[in-house]
Amino acid sequence: MDIVADPQVETEEKEIDPQKEKEVFSFPDLVSREFLAIILACVVLCIWSLAQNAPLKAIADPNWTENPAKAPWYFVGLQEVLVYFDPWIAGVMIPLLIIFGLMAIPFLDPNPAGVGEYNFRDRKFSVSLFMLGFTLWFVLILFGQFLRGPNWQFYWPWEDWGVQKKAEQQLVNFSTLWGYLSVAVYFIVGLGLPALLKPSFYKQLGLRRHLISWILILLMFAVIVKIFLRIAFHVKYILVTPYFSI
Amino acid sequence: MKADWITRSRLWKSVFRHNLDDTPRNRALTITSNIFLHIHPVKTKIKALDVRFTFCLGGLSLLMFIIEAITGILLMFYYRPVPEYAYTDMKLLEHTVHYGMFLRNMHRWAAHAMVILVMFHMLRVFLTGSYKPPREFNWVVGVILLTSTLLLSFTGYLLPWDQIAFWAITVGSKMAAATPFLGNDGPFKQLLHINEYNDMQYLLLGDNRVWGNALLRFYVLHCVLLPVICIVLIAVHFWRIRKDGGISRPL
Repeated sequence: MDIVADPQVETEEKEIDPQKEKEVFSFPDLVSREFLAIILACVVLCIWSLAQNAPLKAIADPNWTENPAKAPWYFVGLQEVLVYFDPWIAGVMIPLLIIFGLMAIPFLDPNPAGVGEYNFRDRKFSVSLFMLGFTLWFVLILFGQFLRGPNWQFYWPWEDWGVQKKAEQQLVNFSTLWGYLSVAVYFIVGLGLPALLKPSFYKQLGLRRHLISWILILLMFAVIVKIFLRIAFHVKYILVTPYFSI
Repeated sequence: MKADWITRSRLWKSVFRHNLDDTPRNRALTITSNIFLHIHPVKTKIKALDVRFTFCLGGLSLLMFIIEAITGILLMFYYRPVPEYAYTDMKLLEHTVHYGMFLRNMHRWAAHAMVILVMFHMLRVFLTGSYKPPREFNWVVGVILLTSTLLLSFTGYLLPWDQIAFWAITVGSKMAAATPFLGNDGPFKQLLHINEYNDMQYLLLGDNRVWGNALLRFYVLHCVLLPVICIVLIAVHFWRIRKDGGISRPL
């Protein structure tokens, strides 16, 4: 009679497997490290709080507008995006897309590699994309926080805010035809090309995940494209419709 | 030991169920018989102890939340969320309350630290692939916690009732008015008969401008609703770490 693998034996074998990672008691090895981290963080925070006072300006006055009125720093990136998009996109759609896009990541990434380690080699595509988005978020924050002055005009940090800046050059829109055409081409090429160039990756994702992933990726790049068009060619809207403009 | 009578007393033993001799059994019991420590497993993989793996970012985010709760409750003793008193109370906190300024500084800087720590915790989790199966759901919970952290910080931003606060929230709440379908300045608002008295901004501010109702709403959101949401989600987040196989490691 053949010997059927006994699950009991299997687990026992695993336990004497030298590859299995070594364990230590959480108390004291883990708890003591956490305790140290807590003390260190508290000390840093106390020194910071002694050295620097939280800002407080004059009492709120609806009749005296702060110029520039800046959002808290973590939203300044979105405020900077307001230059390039209408408020319903910059202030509502982009934040919602970021939140839902982030939530969707585990369900879109088909690659099982790199769990529990810093591994760029086996995850070049996903890590590059995430780092790009993460960097973009902070670049926009730094830009809005340190390079924007009154009326959200561009000022170098050493420039005097008292000196008035020229109004931005006349802005232009794409014509309606070119608008629809360029948006259509952007998405058709953007959704089609990756499937043609990397058929194996497309097969791995399947149609639905492919579409959702690439729409999210294309939208992220669209933000960069629109910022570039605005700065380089003074484009205000790519697509103008009677209901909304992008 | 002189203090033996304490650790041998019935009172002490009613609280601490085991003695402190350094035995494997006691090391295990220290974790399992303590409600705060028992979020940890009895044993931890040596690799998970490496600071360069987690950088303590998640744990320190929790620490910041606890510091925010403690300093926040203390601040509530000195703060009245009405336009007549809010700013005066900030001044009184600075000039007449002992350590009042230190208290407010702690609350403010820990809030900034928490936002940074949570963002970088997300980065760490992404770079270590810790969102991959079976941890997908915990990543989603984490994203909601990140959003809650930002909202907590944003709602707290109005409370000092100074010019920075007022105009930051004025700018921010205009975004609510820009919501498609649901905002008075957003596209397609006519479909749902939205006007400036029933749109998203009005819901957020209790008014169509930032004033007393907005201050009260932000105060309640900041001190009650969002912290409660956070506490529940933090509990789920920590519980799921254990249920999903502990801190991630190479297979």
